[in-house]
Amino acid sequence: MSLLVDIECRLGGDDDGFLLRPRWRTDARRVALFGPSGSGKSLTMQAIAGLLRPDRGRIEVAGRVLFDSETDVDVPPRDRRLAYLFQDYALFPHLTVRQNIGFGLRRGWLNLHGRRDLPEQAQRWVQAFGLVTLLDRYPAELSGGQRQRVALARALSTDPGLLLLDEPLSALDAGLKARMRDELAQLQRDIDIPTVLITHDLADVRVLADEVFHIAHGEIQGQAEQVVQA
Amino acid sequence: MNGIWVPLWLSLKVAGWATVLATVSGIAIAWGLSRWSSRWCDVVDAFLTLPMVLPPTVTGYYLLVLFGRRGWLGEWLQSHGIELVFTWQGAVVAAAVVAFPMVLKAARAAFLDVDHRLEQAAAVLGVPPTAVFFRVSLPLAMRGILAGILLAFARALGEFGATLMVAGNIPGRTQTLSIAIYEAVQAGNDDTANTLVLVTSATCVAILCLASWLVPSGRSGRRGRSSRRSAS
Repeated sequence: MSLLVDIECRLGGDDDGFLLRPRWRTDARRVALFGPSGSGKSLTMQAIAGLLRPDRGRIEVAGRVLFDSETDVDVPPRDRRLAYLFQDYALFPHLTVRQNIGFGLRRGWLNLHGRRDLPEQAQRWVQAFGLVTLLDRYPAELSGGQRQRVALARALSTDPGLLLLDEPLSALDAGLKARMRDELAQLQRDIDIPTVLITHDLADVRVLADEVFHIAHGEIQGQAEQVVQA
Repeated sequence: MNGIWVPLWLSLKVAGWATVLATVSGIAIAWGLSRWSSRWCDVVDAFLTLPMVLPPTVTGYYLLVLFGRRGWLGEWLQSHGIELVFTWQGAVVAAAVVAFPMVLKAARAAFLDVDHRLEQAAAVLGVPPTAVFFRVSLPLAMRGILAGILLAFARALGEFGATLMVAGNIPGRTQTLSIAIYEAVQAGNDDTANTLVLVTSATCVAILCLASWLVPSGRSGRRGRSSRRSAS
């Protein structure tokens, strides 16, 4: 998969504001953006997903232009066909696991009805993540690992072209972190969907990415080797 | 007995319709304001909150100017066969305008309270904005909004000044409970006044009970129960 991000976005005031100016291009299937908090990696991810509108630049995923200020292209988030795994998973607290997972498969004004069966493409992920017994629970009743699996199942059910992982392991405690990291790595082997991971943890980078970009102060500083040596 | 039931029924009818109007417009405008980030938001909010701060007679006077026979909107409405002055529909409009800020304030706070990332998550999942509103924002804000709706209904039920200005005091047609009480006291009918006051108080207590049953407090709600179950 090819991914091109070349954007510029000023946030806040002209003097005390933050200038986000990441420029990178990759053909790797598993990419990581590595940097400390406040480096602009989450904002970059939001721009890819269409949740943050850059001032100018261009975003291209697998040859498809998602944003281009020159030609005035700005595909709305709902049409970008991306999956976004939020840092705290952003599960809908008022909906059951079943309704959460089926959420993106219904375009109407009503949520998936109580006990009705999930559509086929969601069933596959329910099986894959072992969520069958949890379908009628609410997110508040789930453990951290279960929440992450539900969020992944919800994201993957919509058949996305790219999976964005926003610090997927930071909400978990140490023991669970290692296990879920292996689970994510296994998932990357099983599915054909390219992933972009953002993290400030080198262990995540080693296991979950083939190519790493180091980001600091809103700009890409360099690629993998430099990071690991540093 | 007839002298009690007619104003009671009229009051409930007027307050009910006024609450419906205030709820729909209050939620819609609160949603718009919570989406629209501009310094004008607070100006619009302050302007729409005016009916809560102005003396009801002043609100009523503005409504008369607006909806009266020679009024700006009144003439247009009249050409469509709608008459608001001295009708119960006029009382509904007066009560709705006065009750509207209750819904607006509660809904605006409730929408701001909804985690914006849940709405973003819904958008990325491919759901159109209107559906995001009905499936995520509105249900998550509902508890706060219901509290506002309740206050709006109470305010509409007790509305006096603006209603009197717009709809007048026509027994059986526009004479609501609070106006009937005022008239009974003025005329020295203490028995009638006593009964009306008791009926009003009982109605308000009944509505409060109904409300606390409809809007369970946070701890006894579904999410509260479920989190206890998961802890075991």
